[in-house]
Amino acid sequence: MPVKTTLGRGVAYALLLALSVVFVFPLVWMVSTSLKPIEQTMAMPPTWVPRGADGSLQPRWENYRAALATMGGKDGRVTFWTFLGNTLLVCGLGVVGAVLSNAVIAYGLAKIRWRGREALFAVTLATMMVPFPVLMVPLYEVFKSLGWIGTLKPLWVPSFFGGAFNIFLMRQFFRTIPEELSEAARIDGCSEWQIFWRIILPLSKPVLAVVALFHFLWAWNDFLGPLLFLTRTETFTLALALQNYQSQAGGVQWNHLMAASTVMVVPVIVLFFLTQKTFIKGIATTGLKG
Amino acid sequence: MTKGEKRNLRHGLLFCLPWFIGFAVFTAYPVAASLFYSFCDYSVLQTPVWCGAENYRRMATDAVFWLSLKNTLIYAGLSLPAGMVVALGLALLLNTGVRGVTIFRTIFYLPAIVPLVASCMVWLWIFNGQYGLLNWALRPVLAVFGVTPPGWLGDPAWAKPALALMSLWGVGNAMVIYLAGLQNVPQELYEAAEIDGAGAARRFWHVTVPMISPVIYFNLIMGIIGTLQVFTTVFVLTGGADGQPARSTLFYALYLFSTAFYDLRMGYACAMAWVLFLLIVALTVAATKLTEKRIHYAG
Repeated sequence: MPVKTTLGRGVAYALLLALSVVFVFPLVWMVSTSLKPIEQTMAMPPTWVPRGADGSLQPRWENYRAALATMGGKDGRVTFWTFLGNTLLVCGLGVVGAVLSNAVIAYGLAKIRWRGREALFAVTLATMMVPFPVLMVPLYEVFKSLGWIGTLKPLWVPSFFGGAFNIFLMRQFFRTIPEELSEAARIDGCSEWQIFWRIILPLSKPVLAVVALFHFLWAWNDFLGPLLFLTRTETFTLALALQNYQSQAGGVQWNHLMAASTVMVVPVIVLFFLTQKTFIKGIATTGLKG
Repeated sequence: MTKGEKRNLRHGLLFCLPWFIGFAVFTAYPVAASLFYSFCDYSVLQTPVWCGAENYRRMATDAVFWLSLKNTLIYAGLSLPAGMVVALGLALLLNTGVRGVTIFRTIFYLPAIVPLVASCMVWLWIFNGQYGLLNWALRPVLAVFGVTPPGWLGDPAWAKPALALMSLWGVGNAMVIYLAGLQNVPQELYEAAEIDGAGAARRFWHVTVPMISPVIYFNLIMGIIGTLQVFTTVFVLTGGADGQPARSTLFYALYLFSTAFYDLRMGYACAMAWVLFLLIVALTVAATKLTEKRIHYAG
């Protein structure tokens, strides 16, 4: 509903600006606190930017060094870099698995006509209804019997075996690719795998990007999975490590905690700005066509 | 079956093979096992012993179970409507045709992708009763009325509203979906309504709302599913699965988690999970029934 009057526009602008300040504020506060000396973090009234003894602007970057070194415990045996490595492993392998497996499965459901495929698709959709708590206990048991508890495997191996939502997303996309392309390739003697790999996949980059992006973010942010399946500090992902850092005995300095939080947030924000279009389109389609 | 059909069947099954395995191991088996355990006395240490509907019967008289359900419903009652209003409000503002929409959209969306654990850390700080920013801002305002601001996460009466308030910060996903819905509403409808003398309020209720009703419905259902299972924010903000302070934030998912993995009462936890599943289904059906006559699917 476009607003036409000058007054209306003015009001809309004022509201948008005020709300923007509110929405950005927690993030700005996180960064600002992360650069303050400890006494300024608890100052009342708050100091808005980090200041030195003489009152000049003076960010304390050393907070970051301290936070990264002590995030896994005060003895410095496990540091931020271990957690980053674990998280990147889970995210990286997870993305590869999710993109490959769901594309293959969705091809089987969208591009090959076989008896039972509609039934399989219906069952696939139905599994989206099942809330995670229902699966939690038996899943734990499955991973335990595989000897995976305490390792990163429960967090990435399953992504190589498909997931209902991504199958759905990719199937919808594959169905919009004209059947004639596959037919022509078939006449030229291409195998089903070649059609998939050489024709369908290159045409499906937008949906592959959406799945990759969503999976990466989901894995980067996931807390419950690591909480359930990881046991030793050196296997923790960033999300779990950050929570562990905050709740450690004796408490943690606010400025260090905010520094660690900032380090976890920045990659996500950078990724978002690099891929904004894919992103917004992906969310909008999941809501509109889903 | 012709030769071609056989070939297709073979290929179809082959391509779907990863999903057959994934579905069986990570979904079908867990669903079946969980249903079975919900009728058993089971701690991972011993084999499950069938006990009939005992777990479900015990739930009826378990005061903590009812408390966790009540807490969750109160939280959902606060956060769900507020979230829908804020998300739609932001989307409407973004749809007014002012300049710089992409920048504002980015700003409002950003918190939704910030890792939950990290956003919890800032909000812990903002909600801090003594040094927190929220109370720093509220204190002078409330002082006019002779009231002191609450301790938020430290106060049993205010912990749930605090969590609901924080959830509003992350409405970006719903907002983007609303916005996409709003952008699909044909301009002619607004023009026609205006010619017929409809003011802004009537255009909103009689054009916008019916035209985006499928999107509202979608966000409502996703909201129900999400809020009933809320876990991470409470766990991090209140320091574990006890639902501090004074069990005021002991939500359903927290109680289920601690029953399963701290008390090792896996059978009871599975029964709780199935009750949650049924609750979600019931609420989804109720929401569908209530709204289905009002949802307008164009085209």
